[in-house]
Amino acid sequence: MRGIAFDIAHLLAGSLVLVSFLQLYQDRLYALLNIFAVHAFVLALSVAWQAYVQGAPHLYVTALIALVFKAIVIPVALHRIIVRLGIHREIEKVVGVGTAMLLGMGLVALAMVVMLRVTEGADPLAREDLAFALSVVLLGLLMMVTRRNAVGQVVGFMSLENGLVLAATGAKGMPLVVEISVAFSILIAFIVIGIFLFRIRERFDTVDLQALDRFRGERQ
Amino acid sequence: MSAVTAILVVPALAAVLLAVLPGYRITARLNMLAAFATFLIALSLFFGRPQPGPYLHVDDLNNVFIVLTTFVGFTTSVFSASYIEHELEIGRLTPSFLRFYHAMYQVLMFAMNLALAANNIGVMWVAIELATLATVLMVGIYRTHEALEAAWKYFILGSVGIALALFGTILIYMAARPSIGEGLDAMVWTVLISRAAAFDPALLNVAFVFLLLGYGTKVGLAPLHAWLPDAHAEGPTPISAVLSGLLLNVALYALLRFKMLLAANPHALTPGPLMVTMGVISAVFAAFMLYRRRDIKRMFAYSSIEHMGIITFAFGMGGPLANFAGLLHMTMHSLTKSAIFFAVGHVAQVKGTQRIADMGGLTVTNPVLGWGLVLGVVAIAGLPPLGIFMSEFLVVTSTFTRQPWLTIVLVLGILIGLAGLFLRLNTIAFGEPRGPTAESKASYVPMFAHLALVFVAGIYIPADLVAWFQNVAKLLG
Repeated sequence: MRGIAFDIAHLLAGSLVLVSFLQLYQDRLYALLNIFAVHAFVLALSVAWQAYVQGAPHLYVTALIALVFKAIVIPVALHRIIVRLGIHREIEKVVGVGTAMLLGMGLVALAMVVMLRVTEGADPLAREDLAFALSVVLLGLLMMVTRRNAVGQVVGFMSLENGLVLAATGAKGMPLVVEISVAFSILIAFIVIGIFLFRIRERFDTVDLQALDRFRGERQ
Repeated sequence: MSAVTAILVVPALAAVLLAVLPGYRITARLNMLAAFATFLIALSLFFGRPQPGPYLHVDDLNNVFIVLTTFVGFTTSVFSASYIEHELEIGRLTPSFLRFYHAMYQVLMFAMNLALAANNIGVMWVAIELATLATVLMVGIYRTHEALEAAWKYFILGSVGIALALFGTILIYMAARPSIGEGLDAMVWTVLISRAAAFDPALLNVAFVFLLLGYGTKVGLAPLHAWLPDAHAEGPTPISAVLSGLLLNVALYALLRFKMLLAANPHALTPGPLMVTMGVISAVFAAFMLYRRRDIKRMFAYSSIEHMGIITFAFGMGGPLANFAGLLHMTMHSLTKSAIFFAVGHVAQVKGTQRIADMGGLTVTNPVLGWGLVLGVVAIAGLPPLGIFMSEFLVVTSTFTRQPWLTIVLVLGILIGLAGLFLRLNTIAFGEPRGPTAESKASYVPMFAHLALVFVAGIYIPADLVAWFQNVAKLLG
C-alpha cells in the first residue's frame, strides 16, 4: 500500500509539472485558459490523494476549492472577459518557445538539485512533493516573466499559487494555512479579475500591458 | 478582552463601520478616533501584557513595533483628514471612494497589527498578504493611467514576493516537524524559537533564502525594489506615509524574526552577511538614484529604500550595539519620513503637481510648510542634532571596527544621498517662487509633532527607553 500511495502522489505531482510546461508555450488565450483548468484539476486530484493518504479530511476542502474555483469558475470568468473584450488573438511573448522551454528545464533541474539535497532527512513523500512544488512555483514565475498580457500574467500567478498549495499539502499535518491561503488565492483572483481588468478596460480599452508602458519610471 | 486582541478588534470594527457610514466629516473623525484608541491600547502593553497564546503574543521586540505603528497610524489619520478634504474639493475622490479609502485604511492598520502581534508564522504571512492587498487597492484609488500601472506593478511584484515567503514558511514548518511534531505547535513562534537548535539546518538555510527574497521584496531592498517608487508616487500621500513609515518596517520585522530563528540554530548559516550585502547595495544604489528624480514623492521613496538599506545593514551586522542602532534608526526613519510625506502632501496640493521643476521658493511663499519640509529633509539627510544623525552615527561607529571597508562604502552612500537631497531641496524650498502659492488650509500639527520627537531624540533619549532598546537589541542577537 505504501508503495502505490507514493507512486500515485508522485505521478500526480509530476503531471502538475508537465502541465506547467504545457502552459509555457501556449500562444492563444483560450488554449492557455484551458490548460490552466487542467492544471487546477490535476492539483485538485493531487490534494485529494494527499488527503486520503494522510488521513486528513480537511484537505478535501482544499481539493474541492481547487476543483470548483480554480478549474471551473475562474477559467470561465476569464473566458467571458476575453470574449467581451474581443482579445482572443495571439499572445505576445518576450522570448520564443524554445528558449522558454530550455529555461523551464533549467529551473526544474535547479529545483530538484536544491530540494532533494536539503531534504535528505525528510520522509520521501514530502520530499518529492516539495521538489515538484518548487518546480511548479518557478515555472509559474517564468510564465509571468515571459508574458506581457495581463491575462497571461494572472494565469501565471495562479499556477504559481497552485505550486504553493501543492507544497503546503505535501507538508504533512501543516495546520490552518492551507485553508487560509486558498481563500486568499481566490480573493486575489477575484481582485485581479474584478478590479484590475475592468479598470484597465475602462481606461484604455485593452488588457495588453504594452499599452501601460507609456509610463515608465519618470514623468517628464 | 486582552489588549492584544483589542488592537485587532478596534480597527476591524472601525473598518466595517467606515465602509457603511456616509459623510466625510463623520468618517474622517471616526477614522482618527479609532486610530487614537488603538494607539492608547497599544501603549497599555508597556505596563502589562497577556500570556502568549497559539496565535498572538507580545514580547519586548514587537511591543516597540506595535506602539510605533499605532502612533504613526494615528498621526497619519489626522493628516489624512485634511488631505482628503482637499481631494474631495478638487474632485479627485468621490464620496463612495472615500468610504472605501477609510475602510481600507483601518483594514491596513488591522493587518499590520496582526502581522506584528502574530505568534504563528502562518498567521503572520496571511496578515502581510492582507496588508499588501489593502495597499494595492489604495495605490490604484485615483484610477489614473499612472496609478493603475503603479498598482499593477505593486500587485504583481508584491504577490510574487509574498508567494516566495509562503514557500519559505512551509519549509520552516518542514524543518520544525521532526522535532516538534505535526500540528499547530510547529508553526508557533514561541515554540519554534525554543526548539530551533534541533531543526534541520539545511532546510532552515533554504527557507531563509526564500524568506529573505520574499519579505525583502516588501522591505524594498534592491534589486527587489521596483514596485516601491511607483506605489509611493501614485497613491494618496497618507498611504505613501504609511507605506514608508510602517509597512516596510513590518516586513523587516518578519525578516528579523526568522533571523533570530536561524541564529538559535548553531549549524545553520549566519544570515548576517546576506542582509549586510543587500543593505549596502540598497543604500548606495538608492543614493545615486536620488539625483535624477523629477517627481517629489518618487524622490522620497528612493530615500526610503536608502534608509531601509541602512537599517538592514545594521541588523545584518548584529551584536548589541549595531542592533540598538538599527532599532533607533528604524524608529527615527518612521517618524521623519512620515513627517516629510505629510509636508510633501500639502506641497503637492498647494502646487497642484508633484513635479519638482514646477515648485520653487516655498520658504518665501508658504513659510510654515516650506521650513517644515526643510527641517524634515535636514533630519532625513542625517545632519546633527536631529535623531537620524545619532542613529546613523551609531550604525557607523558600531560597525566600523568589524567591517571597515563596507562601512566606508555605506558612509559614501549616505553622503551621496545627502548631497542629492539637498540639491533638490534647494530648488523646491529656495530661489524664485514657481507655481501657485495659495495658502494651504492644512493642519501642520502631525508634521511638527513628528519633527519635534525626532529633534528631542537627537538630544536626549529617556534612560528607560534606552534600557528597553538595549534589551531588545540583546534579544536580536
